[in-house]
Amino acid sequence: MASTTSQPAASTNLPTSEPLLSIRNVAKSFGRNIVLRDISLQVAEGEFLTILGESGSGKTTLLRIVAGFETPSSGEILMGGERLDHLPPYRRRVNTVFQHYALFPHLSVAENVGYGLKITGLPKPEVTTRVEQALDMVKMTAFAACKPSKISGGQQQRIALARALVNRPRLLLLDEPLSALDANLRRQMQVELKSLQREVGISFVFVTHDQEEAMVMSDRIALLRRGELEQVASPREIYRRPATAYTAQFIGHTNLLRGQVKDGIATCHSLSWRTGLRDGPGLFSLRPESIRLASGAGGSANVRLRGRILRQAFQGATELLQVECAGGLMLSIRTASRENLQGEVDLEFSAADAVPVRESGERT
Amino acid sequence: MFSRAYRTAITLPPLLWVILFLLVPYALLFGYSFWSLSPSETIIHSWTLDNYHQLFRVDVYLETLFRSMWIAARVTLLSLMLGYPLAYYLSFYAGKSKDLLYQLVIIPLWVSYLVRAYAWKTILGSDGVLNTLLQYVHLTSHPLEFLLYSPFAVVLTLTHIYTPFTFLPIYASLEHIPRNLVEASHDLGASPFQTFWRVIFPLSIPGVLAGATFAFVLSLGDFLAPLLLGGPSGIMISNIVVSLFGAAYNWPLGAAISFCMLALVLGLLFLSESLEKKWSFR
Repeated sequence: MASTTSQPAASTNLPTSEPLLSIRNVAKSFGRNIVLRDISLQVAEGEFLTILGESGSGKTTLLRIVAGFETPSSGEILMGGERLDHLPPYRRRVNTVFQHYALFPHLSVAENVGYGLKITGLPKPEVTTRVEQALDMVKMTAFAACKPSKISGGQQQRIALARALVNRPRLLLLDEPLSALDANLRRQMQVELKSLQREVGISFVFVTHDQEEAMVMSDRIALLRRGELEQVASPREIYRRPATAYTAQFIGHTNLLRGQVKDGIATCHSLSWRTGLRDGPGLFSLRPESIRLASGAGGSANVRLRGRILRQAFQGATELLQVECAGGLMLSIRTASRENLQGEVDLEFSAADAVPVRESGERT
Repeated sequence: MFSRAYRTAITLPPLLWVILFLLVPYALLFGYSFWSLSPSETIIHSWTLDNYHQLFRVDVYLETLFRSMWIAARVTLLSLMLGYPLAYYLSFYAGKSKDLLYQLVIIPLWVSYLVRAYAWKTILGSDGVLNTLLQYVHLTSHPLEFLLYSPFAVVLTLTHIYTPFTFLPIYASLEHIPRNLVEASHDLGASPFQTFWRVIFPLSIPGVLAGATFAFVLSLGDFLAPLLLGGPSGIMISNIVVSLFGAAYNWPLGAAISFCMLALVLGLLFLSESLEKKWSFR
């Protein structure tokens, strides 16, 4: 535990610019194993923030620190300007939706949802009303008397959500809550979860390893890699302007072009384009959909190239092509779906779409 | 899956074993319980319910049966009071020393029952360890007689012997409680105390029932501890059965009492099993 430093006076009327949750320089290690290093992250009131990362990136540990199940090795966490990390989990106005739901098997659905309210000593009639409202919100009223083992995974998911939200927490933490569901149900729940979050206006911190899920639901994504934050930005920003090669590859597909920059011109194999980078080696991310099949004469801003199609993968609305260009440069290209693309093709991309990125692991 | 011959080959030996050494003796015993003894102590092979009547007519049998149940009830309660906290601590808080402590609880089970019962005799006897110590520190001037050859000694010894039997099922049921349920309870605002009574204890009830059944049934039928440590006031029902089959040479009455005990125990097992089912949720 960090020492109690002088804290700012807690005010009940927080300015809207004040973040709801501030994670400040939090680090965590288990023995010699360093899981989180120097994480600083803020969550705004009403925000849907996703912590995205591969397994072992430390995302669940970070969530557990906020929930209070783990204590940070160093750093501090504030909620509404007050220290949160000294409080035991049962004193935090934070609720969690667990990965495997963690519904109490000996209690009915309604008793599960009412658990937190009953603990706080709310009068029975009010518990009943609020449980009914919460069950209504997740459309599970009909199952109130069932035991959790008698309902499906998706239904358990809704109950776990209702059980957490019924307490009106200031912050809801969700630990890969959709990972146990099959693909269709998962997509449906993503939409429901997002609209539910807008409806209740509570801040959500959502942990997942699924980048598509993160893109669909989040206001902002915090990408975690080996215990460090790689990039924190909105889904659009993080997709269009990835800061590092890792981000570019983890979020969506990309082509990484490694080249040399000299006098504002980047050169990679036979290609060259204008860039704002300084002289030296340069790394660029070029999304497959930024490369088009060239039609007639391209504009001067476009980089043109010629390549031979090696593979064509049909993906429904689009095709993913593997193209070999001059000098052995391999590119992935996404085009609208069409049959039988073969042989040599002319391609082009706009120089602005080749986004300079940092090498991964490299820190500035 | 398997051929008929193969299935027969693997099921036949245990089946024969059970029939020859369990069912047949029970059937014989059941038959005996309806026969009677002539004045010249030969067995008369004519059917009568007299033995069962006698069990309820002669005070000493019923008294001993009730005393046995009372002893068994105290043993059950005490071994739960010892076994539960131990299992709870081991399962939730022991951390790295868990395996070691578990072994320490189990090891006494490897020691002969007789040795453990005799050990208590040397502790509780009038010139035993405890009395010597009490006199040495001048807490008492005479050996305390109630320590040995009393129901107290029997309860103490049986509690010592059967606590591991209550500990084990309780420990197993606690180990099966997913830890995220405990976290979920804390997350929803419940203190550790509230979490114990609302989540952990209800989910461990099947283990408690199994443990209580072990302790009660095993100590109800025990005859060595009362024989060695009980004295005249600590006699239990099994001692009577033993003497009826032995010195008294009244097999029919012994068989009748045995069968009443068997019915009682089977009833208890049935009851505890249906309660356990009611309280298990997986």
